[in-house]
Amino acid sequence: MSLSNQIKEYCNVKYKSIKVFRNEIEITVEKENLFKMVQFLKDNPSCLFDQLSDITAVDYPSKKNRYIIIYQFLSVTNNQRVRLLCPIKSDDVIPSVSKLYLSALWSERELWDMFGIYIDGHPDLRRILTDYGFQGHPLRKDFPLTGFDEVSYEAESRKVVYNKVKLTQDYRDFDFNSPWGAETIEDNK
Amino acid sequence: MSDTKIKPITMNFGPQHPAAHGVLRLVMEMDGEIIKRADPHIGLLHRGTEKLIENKTYVQALPYFDRLDYVSPMNQEHAYALAIERLANIDVPLRGQYIRVLFCEIGRILNHILNITTFAIDVGAMTPLLWGFEEREKLMEFYERVSGARLHASYIRPGGVHQDLPDGLLEDIDVWADEFVGFIDDVETLLTENRIFKQRTVDIGTVSRDEALALGFSGVLLRASGVKWDLRKSQPYEVYEKLDFDIPIGKTGDCYARYLVRMEEMRQSLKLIKQVVNQIPNGDYITDDKKIAPPKRSEMKGSMEALLHHFKLYTEGFRPPKGRTYTCVEAPKGEFGVILESDGSNKPYRCKIRAPGFYSLAALDYLSKGHMLADSVAIIGSLDIVFGEIDR
Repeated sequence: MSLSNQIKEYCNVKYKSIKVFRNEIEITVEKENLFKMVQFLKDNPSCLFDQLSDITAVDYPSKKNRYIIIYQFLSVTNNQRVRLLCPIKSDDVIPSVSKLYLSALWSERELWDMFGIYIDGHPDLRRILTDYGFQGHPLRKDFPLTGFDEVSYEAESRKVVYNKVKLTQDYRDFDFNSPWGAETIEDNK
Repeated sequence: MSDTKIKPITMNFGPQHPAAHGVLRLVMEMDGEIIKRADPHIGLLHRGTEKLIENKTYVQALPYFDRLDYVSPMNQEHAYALAIERLANIDVPLRGQYIRVLFCEIGRILNHILNITTFAIDVGAMTPLLWGFEEREKLMEFYERVSGARLHASYIRPGGVHQDLPDGLLEDIDVWADEFVGFIDDVETLLTENRIFKQRTVDIGTVSRDEALALGFSGVLLRASGVKWDLRKSQPYEVYEKLDFDIPIGKTGDCYARYLVRMEEMRQSLKLIKQVVNQIPNGDYITDDKKIAPPKRSEMKGSMEALLHHFKLYTEGFRPPKGRTYTCVEAPKGEFGVILESDGSNKPYRCKIRAPGFYSLAALDYLSKGHMLADSVAIIGSLDIVFGEIDR
């Protein structure tokens, strides 16, 4: 029995959907059932996902559920992978899974830093990749590619100073999409 | 005498410290010489790669992957190319797959030479570094001959590799592979039974099997802790299934075991390179789907169709169907994965890079707690961290 069927059979946690795309299994759950689902994936003998490979999010600014949180799991014991998706609204708070997976400690800090998604129950929720005193969350789609601040060395005061970004040329976003509409690569196989 | 509580000293290690292997700022709370807490501050090399990739076409985003783990550039490109291939359902010709394996294994050796030798210099052995860099130079020459660049190769492209192997390269790699065994033997005589090296590494930074899994370790760090796991064997990609090689497993999970696993992996990589050189078939090195791969220069001189394809590919690019994938490879540092999401346009909607070093470094506090200050240097050395990929 394939993993997706096994999960359908044994899972007592409510989920929204299970999809398979290119042999990768994606489970979608509501925020309320997120932690229980992670617990299930970790403990159920047909799953036994002993490693949390990655946590990230995708931003859809125009959707009602603005972010989709992605948890990517790996089971070394059963040699299988699964991806857990959790759509949330922009001001929603998600529970920390760092009690179950130690590797989530830094992944969740990164999630907070990059998207500004608050994680409940995280022991040390600081920014991780951005500068000390950084404002904003860079991987949100409404954050400009060029950022807001630039750093330079000022010879007079002999220190590094922060200034607003001044571009001698505006950021040029070329739209290379053909006006007659190209098609996506078809699934012909 | 009554006990007096001494406030721990907070100490800064880096960002400019040769043993920090890059721009790592480590804030340590010390109780005398003993580390109470180590808090790595990363992000000093953060360049916003993921944000930049969202603003580039699929092919334009590829060179960013060279700049992640700049010690083994092609392995990263490989993960990205595989992710695109999975999204867009592209097949790679057999020769292309063999060339990829060849250069991924060269990348593994490049990486392990650098790690072992810098690790050795961190704990006091100077000579391996000097020898190792000579060997690395030879390998980067192979990179240069095949792609034109020593480091940032952009050689592995969606659908195959950018160019065919130049004449004589395989023979030269074959000759090099025979000589390189001598280098590994030399380094082993210097380090493996070296009293100082063993005193600095044995029983330092030990991780058990379960801890290694929970901490998100992959690659050498996981294998050194006794987990039988290598993506090349367990979830094979390209032609690894057809090749014969072994996966070394460590028993103790300490710094010394990690060193031993890396040494043996180099020998296995050599075995793979030898097999590739002998087995590599003739044929196409990149897919002939002109929506994915550019036409040959010679065709472009005469064929208008080829010229159009070239222009369209390098301006608009291609559009994989809507979907999301997590594709990973066994990079020298561990599981290097890419979560790639397509919204059906010519740019990735989201590209998350799973850098193995990020999780190795996250465990530093756990590994170095209770050790002496000097041991933290050995632990950092054995973790094999490169800030290009950690900070992204």
